[in-house]
Amino acid sequence: MTRVRVLVGTKKGAFVLESDGQRERWDVSGPLFAGWEIYHLKGSPADPNRLYASQSSGWFGQIIQRSDDGGKTWHQPGTPPGEPTATPDGMPKAESNKFVYDTSPETGKALTTHQWYDGTPHPWEFARVWHLEPSLTDPNTVYAGVEDAALFRSTDGGQTWHELAGLRGHESGAGWMPGAGGLAAHTILQDPTAPGRIFVAISAAGVFRTDDAGATWRPTNRGLQSQFMPDPTAEVGHCVHRIAMHPSHPNVLFMQKHWDVMRSDDAGESWHEISGNLPTDFGFPIDVHAHEPETVYVVPIKSDSEHFPLEGKLRVYRSRTGGNEWEALSNGLPQRDCYVNVLRDAMAVDSLDSCGVYFGTTGGQVYASTDAGDHWAPIVRDLPAVVSVEVQTLP
Amino acid sequence: MIRVVLPYHLRTLAHVDGEVTVAVEGEATQRSVLDALEASYPMLRGTIRDQVTHKRRPFVRFFACKEDFSNAPPDTPLPKEVATGAEPFLVVGAIAGG
Repeated sequence: MTRVRVLVGTKKGAFVLESDGQRERWDVSGPLFAGWEIYHLKGSPADPNRLYASQSSGWFGQIIQRSDDGGKTWHQPGTPPGEPTATPDGMPKAESNKFVYDTSPETGKALTTHQWYDGTPHPWEFARVWHLEPSLTDPNTVYAGVEDAALFRSTDGGQTWHELAGLRGHESGAGWMPGAGGLAAHTILQDPTAPGRIFVAISAAGVFRTDDAGATWRPTNRGLQSQFMPDPTAEVGHCVHRIAMHPSHPNVLFMQKHWDVMRSDDAGESWHEISGNLPTDFGFPIDVHAHEPETVYVVPIKSDSEHFPLEGKLRVYRSRTGGNEWEALSNGLPQRDCYVNVLRDAMAVDSLDSCGVYFGTTGGQVYASTDAGDHWAPIVRDLPAVVSVEVQTLP
Repeated sequence: MIRVVLPYHLRTLAHVDGEVTVAVEGEATQRSVLDALEASYPMLRGTIRDQVTHKRRPFVRFFACKEDFSNAPPDTPLPKEVATGAEPFLVVGAIAGG
């Protein structure tokens, strides 16, 4: 029987919400990794029991956790419970939290600084993993988008990580600047029809695309405008908050930028604005209906300094026309005194016939709609601030 | 054996309750104790000091015998009470903010 598993990362731990295909009654388990920030957790499309989680702390740094049984048990890759913690020659196994920027001569770049908020050079410093994106085909291969912005890949189930240095080594790298939340590679999209093509979005640098599995990258930001930059149409420097793709139309990308909702019909070569009648085009998440590639969801937020919905009314906006024409979806959502935010990784869809849409708020609610957004109901109301939401549709 | 007290979150990561003990060959210093700790509990690598530079993470502090060793050079000998196991070496998460 079909089931749905919602993976929720919060400021103080992770939660797993499970239901059958009716999506009416939910079992809530957690907190996992209680007290730690869980920026993201996500399951492998190739093996839904394989889950990866990014666990971090300002005190103790970055931890990678892995589950091989759908979230029942977890371990740091390389140190499974009960197994020796060192190799036969005495070397500690655990390197799963070792993210070291590649400064080898082979990358051809000795990048040591990026741009700080005030325009001065600032050393690259690893802070945390924002986003984990498992490979579409191999459960042991997983990508990590990190702060300070870079892309890492593991091909051994998260035990060891290696930077795909061509991204940070792009000639523009020294000019990347942090967004308000840090200089983070936060979105990783894999093209299911073109192995080797990956899109990465970075705040505040923009979108970059590789067509050779991460060896070389180029910026794909033509058409974006950002008034906080000296040159508003510069190739690099845009604060892209999130990009989304429908797997059946991988050349069509949707973007929620710092301001502006954008669309590309040519795999990022050019972008045009589709904000249309949105009440504000600031926001963080953007996602696409599982079965309708032209149905898109955003959550408009008042402004870059007031991170909450307009008029205290929490509304998801849906376009069934691929943008420009948007309708407010508010049935079941609070329509007064609501001042939560919805962060960039905190929206996801399931793939049931009647597409489910899910999002979490900084107020700790996780809302679900089982009818593509027409009606909403909370699954849980009082979690810690929600950072990320991912959904698995299980057979 | 040297006794080490870890903060709550690191005890959870290491799957231990209470103090842990580690054996150190030679002189007991901050470096030798942390080397031994990470050898016994490799899941703690990177959580107390940087994996590459071995610098102490900014919000982690080291106390022993009511003294602060956080900023002492890593090869500074620890008090003999720590070396003999009479007193523990404390790894503490700094209190930052309210």
